[in-house]
Amino acid sequence: MIELFLLFIGTALVNNFVLVRFLGICPFLGVSKKVEVAVGMGGATTFVMTLSAIAAWFIQNFILEPFGVSRFLQYVAFILVIASLVQLVEIILKKVSPSLYQALGIFLPLITTNCAILGLALYIPIKNYSLIESTIFGIGAGVGFTMALVIMAGIREEIEFSDVPTAFQGAGITLLIAGILSMVFLGFSGLIAI
Amino acid sequence: MNIILVSVGSMGVLGALFAVGLAYASKKYAVEEDVRVTLVSDVLPGANCGACGYPGCSAFAAAVVDGSAPVNGCPVGGSETAARIAEVMGVEVQADQEVKAARVICQGTSCNARNKFEYIGIPDCRAANKLKGGGKECSFGCLGLGTCVNICPFDAIKIEDGIAKIDPEKCTSCGKCISACPKSVIQLVPYSQRIVVDCNSTEFGKEVKNKCTVGCIGCKICVKACPFGSIEFENNLARINYEKCTNCMLCAEKCPTKSIQAQFEKRKKAVIIDEKCIGCTICAKNCPAAAIEGNLKEVHKVLEDKCIGCGVCVKKCPKQAITIK
Repeated sequence: MIELFLLFIGTALVNNFVLVRFLGICPFLGVSKKVEVAVGMGGATTFVMTLSAIAAWFIQNFILEPFGVSRFLQYVAFILVIASLVQLVEIILKKVSPSLYQALGIFLPLITTNCAILGLALYIPIKNYSLIESTIFGIGAGVGFTMALVIMAGIREEIEFSDVPTAFQGAGITLLIAGILSMVFLGFSGLIAI
Repeated sequence: MNIILVSVGSMGVLGALFAVGLAYASKKYAVEEDVRVTLVSDVLPGANCGACGYPGCSAFAAAVVDGSAPVNGCPVGGSETAARIAEVMGVEVQADQEVKAARVICQGTSCNARNKFEYIGIPDCRAANKLKGGGKECSFGCLGLGTCVNICPFDAIKIEDGIAKIDPEKCTSCGKCISACPKSVIQLVPYSQRIVVDCNSTEFGKEVKNKCTVGCIGCKICVKACPFGSIEFENNLARINYEKCTNCMLCAEKCPTKSIQAQFEKRKKAVIIDEKCIGCTICAKNCPAAAIEGNLKEVHKVLEDKCIGCGVCVKKCPKQAITIK
């Protein structure tokens, strides 16, 4: 039980997918202008991550490994799962919250290409997680991703009225902030030995 | 061979499974979309300014098809857009609403208004307003740092002499500047209105005079001078009732601080059509400026220098012998 909790903390904070593993930078920079949109994006990604982690575990252990096709079908199978899940999220979101659907725009289908989710799926067979561990891993990754996005969105909202030098405006200052955030999260290392 | 069969088979089955699941989900969570929503959306100007009161053009289109928004609800598109939307919806267009334009209700230019302090900071009125209400002595006046200029999607606002000035030709009354202004000094004024009380200060007399030379001091001279009772007075500030106002400009003539701005050159004049006049003197009796002279049963004449163009005579004349130009 305690290992599962430590796994969750480890995935969300210590080895944060965005700020420590440097995956999923595209939506991190693209959807972090407003806190509400960032929360929405984080929620959608967490949903996809959790379900893909579970699906990836099943496919890996019941299809890919028994038939020994893992080494070349892994990517294909995982992307298939992720793409279908994202399509499902799109359909449901359009019905449930059209405003969030509009706000996310093109970035919603781009969750498919979010390397954090594929990375998550690929880590599971590497680390040999059980089903429960995979699920917690997925949830933790999603929570960490959401945290990184929301923090970045909060900071970007704050500096909106600041006097940023022309050369740094836009992507420049954002990447600088991302770098500093990453250094901050490095402070978590050694918190848990995972 | 086996491997190939297994790979194709397993991926095929997986794919088919997901396809069925997605097809089911898309049916179950289908969003009903009326074709007319897209058609109306195409007709709209697409500025997403929010003047209609809906968040963006697509939301307005959805509301029109829903029935909750009027067909002529887009002030930016005007009557042309309203007609095209009506075509799509298959209904009649209602009468045109009064065209309005935004106006900065302040004349506190750098010559007229005094400063409390020199403001050095973020060049934004909202930021300046947080610092003791901004650098102007008068706490109700335009700060002239250009928040409205930046937010206007139609480039209708410029800063002149330290205050913002809106071009009524370019203004589409979308309302963005009105909500952005921290001093709430921008208001919607009918496009045809030629005379406006250009002051936002609710202070009285000497205080106003010390802070700005063209402020409304609350003397009420205009209220008394108006022959039609169209000036309302609240909180030491005169406000013209645009529905009652006839653009006669008498109030602007009488205002001691010149706080009321009037386009005198556009002042209308009444003209009596000689052939139709029967000399009944109804017009002369009703004229508030005593600008019509003539004897009974003789053709009357309008004294141009006295005429204020209020239009009372036009309404009163039983033979419709008077026109306003």
